[in-house]
Amino acid sequence: MADKTDDIEMRLLLEAIYHQYHYDFRGYSVASVKRRLSQARERFGCHTFSQLQDRVLHDPAVLPELISFLTVQVSELFRDPTYFRGLRELVVPHLKTYPSLKVWVAGCSAGEEVYSLAILFREEGLEDRTIFYGTDINPDALKKAEAGVYELERIPFFTENHRRAGGKSSLSDYYTAAYGAAVFDKSLRKRAVFSDHSLVTDAVFAEVQLVSCRNVLIYFDRDLQDRAVGLFKDALTRKGFLGLGAKESLRFSRHADAFSEFARDERIYQKRGGP
Amino acid sequence: MTSAPIEAVVVGASAGALEALSVLLPALPTDYPLPVLVVVHLPPDKKSVMAELLQQKCRVGVREAEDKEPIRAGIVYFAPPDYHLLVEPDRRLSLSSEEPVLYSRPSIDVLFETAADAYGPGLIGVVLTGANSDGSRGLRAVLSAGGTGLVQWPDLAYASAMPQAALDACPGARVLSLPEIATYLLECVTPV
Repeated sequence: MADKTDDIEMRLLLEAIYHQYHYDFRGYSVASVKRRLSQARERFGCHTFSQLQDRVLHDPAVLPELISFLTVQVSELFRDPTYFRGLRELVVPHLKTYPSLKVWVAGCSAGEEVYSLAILFREEGLEDRTIFYGTDINPDALKKAEAGVYELERIPFFTENHRRAGGKSSLSDYYTAAYGAAVFDKSLRKRAVFSDHSLVTDAVFAEVQLVSCRNVLIYFDRDLQDRAVGLFKDALTRKGFLGLGAKESLRFSRHADAFSEFARDERIYQKRGGP
Repeated sequence: MTSAPIEAVVVGASAGALEALSVLLPALPTDYPLPVLVVVHLPPDKKSVMAELLQQKCRVGVREAEDKEPIRAGIVYFAPPDYHLLVEPDRRLSLSSEEPVLYSRPSIDVLFETAADAYGPGLIGVVLTGANSDGSRGLRAVLSAGGTGLVQWPDLAYASAMPQAALDACPGARVLSLPEIATYLLECVTPV
């Protein structure tokens, strides 16, 4: 039963990573973690997860790359334009009533979503009163987010997304192209704070009016999803907004009652009033 | 036929998928005792109407899969556009927006490989019409876990490349016509 041995070794590997480095992937969805760890195993030339465990325990240099395998980093500027259009048309009017705003992009990866929101908030005249928190557990991704540099070949796609999201300007106003890369304007991140935060192990760090956490919860098992949504619930102000990925819902969540569906198709929820 | 009881069916299709599935899925009776998990390659930004279209023709329930949903018999689950569909060891579905595999998200390989892991010999993998090579690796995983592989006759398929690639990768798979695949799916669950 080679497969069963595989599963045992994988569990031990995740335990090892947790005990040595405090990265906790034990509550992640097994199928996708196993796929990604198998890719990592191949990349490191290991035949078994136990060999990979040996490498990661004894060579700290292995960890960052392993974290990059384990954290999914696929995003675009204005990914799912209808979501951003929904924020712009339905949520922004509410946000305009606040004198100051905090926005939390949980699992921000390389920052695409933070930049999208910063651009949207600028276009809507909200940028100056907003602080954006972009958090992730992947240090490499956070560095990329800080830098705000994306491959030039991705730009046409970002531009089309921005347009479909109801963009009020040209995306080219926000970046400079050089050497095959697009560098996003520094001014966009002057109100952004990128920092290390784990939805698995860390606590709430601020009170926010909007949480955007898309295509992150799908990698968690049910218990971990409940923990993360609980954090969002605690972080949000009364009547604050939570945006999820296109195929995510709070339907099965333990905290479902704490939210109402605000814009169903755009997967935007609102924290209920009340105590 | 293998001695292990069949627990689930996974199906992959690309170009020509709707026509092929319109033969296969309506053949299943209301009380079909297996879940059927389907990946069809679709453009990422389209709302898929595939499940809705097929629901009208089918007696079994047909719908798009939801994240962490427990897999139930007698339901056909479609991968939503732009997401991979995976089977968890505890027999729940999960979605993922990991990078496309062979330019495809959803990917047939991803579904088949994770389902093979979850169901082992209790799985039937079906590769239908398509113009690429997605599904070959996945079908190999199904077979090496002890499951059964069915492939549509390439000559009879709307696009032959995908079934041909699956056959090349998996000599142990059975080559059948669409009606024969339907019959197989019915007979594999009929008590003798």
